[in-house]
Amino acid sequence: MTTNPRPTPSPNAPPQDALLSARALVKSYEHAPALRGVSFSASRGEIVAITGPSGSGKSTLLLCLAGILIPDAGEVRFDGLRLDEASEAERSRLRRTSFGVLFQFGQLVPELSASENVALPLLLGGRPRRAAVAAAGTWLDRFGVSDLGERRPGEVSGGQAQRIAMARAMVTEPQVLFADEPTGALDTLAGEQVMTQLTRVAREAGTTVLLVTHEATIAAYADREVAVRDGMIDTDAFATSTVAR
Amino acid sequence: MSVGHVLLGLLADGERHGYDLKRQYAVRFPAARPLAAAQIYATLERLLRDGFVVPATRQRVNGPDRTSYALTPPGRAELDRWLDDVEPPGLFVANPLAIKVTLALLVADADAASSYLNRQRAAHLQQMREHTRTKTTPGAPITRVLAADYALNHLDADLRWIDTALARVTALAEETQR
Repeated sequence: MTTNPRPTPSPNAPPQDALLSARALVKSYEHAPALRGVSFSASRGEIVAITGPSGSGKSTLLLCLAGILIPDAGEVRFDGLRLDEASEAERSRLRRTSFGVLFQFGQLVPELSASENVALPLLLGGRPRRAAVAAAGTWLDRFGVSDLGERRPGEVSGGQAQRIAMARAMVTEPQVLFADEPTGALDTLAGEQVMTQLTRVAREAGTTVLLVTHEATIAAYADREVAVRDGMIDTDAFATSTVAR
Repeated sequence: MSVGHVLLGLLADGERHGYDLKRQYAVRFPAARPLAAAQIYATLERLLRDGFVVPATRQRVNGPDRTSYALTPPGRAELDRWLDDVEPPGLFVANPLAIKVTLALLVADADAASSYLNRQRAAHLQQMREHTRTKTTPGAPITRVLAADYALNHLDADLRWIDTALARVTALAEETQR
């Protein structure tokens, strides 16, 4: 019996239409390798599921692509810009203007109302209060929770909180939405509602979504899957799971 | 599942003839294999013999006579009994995927097994995307959503098994390499 050869990262350059791409990413925590040469690309408006068991490196990949973590080696490009070489100020500007993030627990500010939570990224970006609150109302409506604008996070259900968090992640109209296990804390039906709305709104807005999940039922909402195992992309699954839409 | 009980269920809201039952079955259970007309008529014969249905009306519409059947009180009681019964969990699970992996390990090697598992995983996920699209289509009828949920959960169970099998096959390959 022979051993299973490790898939090697593709030496090919990312496709021309890639909005966000990575090449040969390496990242270790305290000498424990998390990414061991991962290449990845997503085009504009594409919804890509990044799957893998816990500890596979999928969240690390997401954080590197979002410019939150800097890889030890390799490149990350967003719309022609080298994220791994950009200054902290530049990366933080991108995170404010072009990227949206959504985590397992909505991480809403408990002291603020839903509407204020959603308006927050715009207020931090210098948008006048009245305009920011109006935009927040529009996005709450898009996620079907406009009636919850005055409620505080402690006064809504988990599914409602996640819909408010989605409105906050989308209010700046980001080009890329990074979602890390966005349904991880929800029951099946609430998770389904969140995923249905997330994918519908993202498709309407033309937003690229990178969706980290360990659940295949959630990955099935995406256009394609990139499977991370042991800090590497499973090229076999990668090659065959790409579908034309 | 017993076809007889399903037909009793479809007759619960009123009399129907054989062809109508076939059509209703396709509408209510869109993901199930269609029932053959012969199977429906044979089952109706049996239900008639057991006193669970009676011939109701006979009508002729551009062709042969069609007999409608109606549920009898014993038929209704039998339906209620069946609806209340727990289905026995399967004792033997036929798993063609596991059989294939076992044979791949026997006649080829771990590479062949993991290559197959990866491709099977991609095929499963592709099918799961189809079902997800079906059930999230605005206005999708509950019959389709329920059928898609069932299919998704079964495919998901397969997929979890595939992931575990991949991990085992990889570990096996590393073990034998030492």
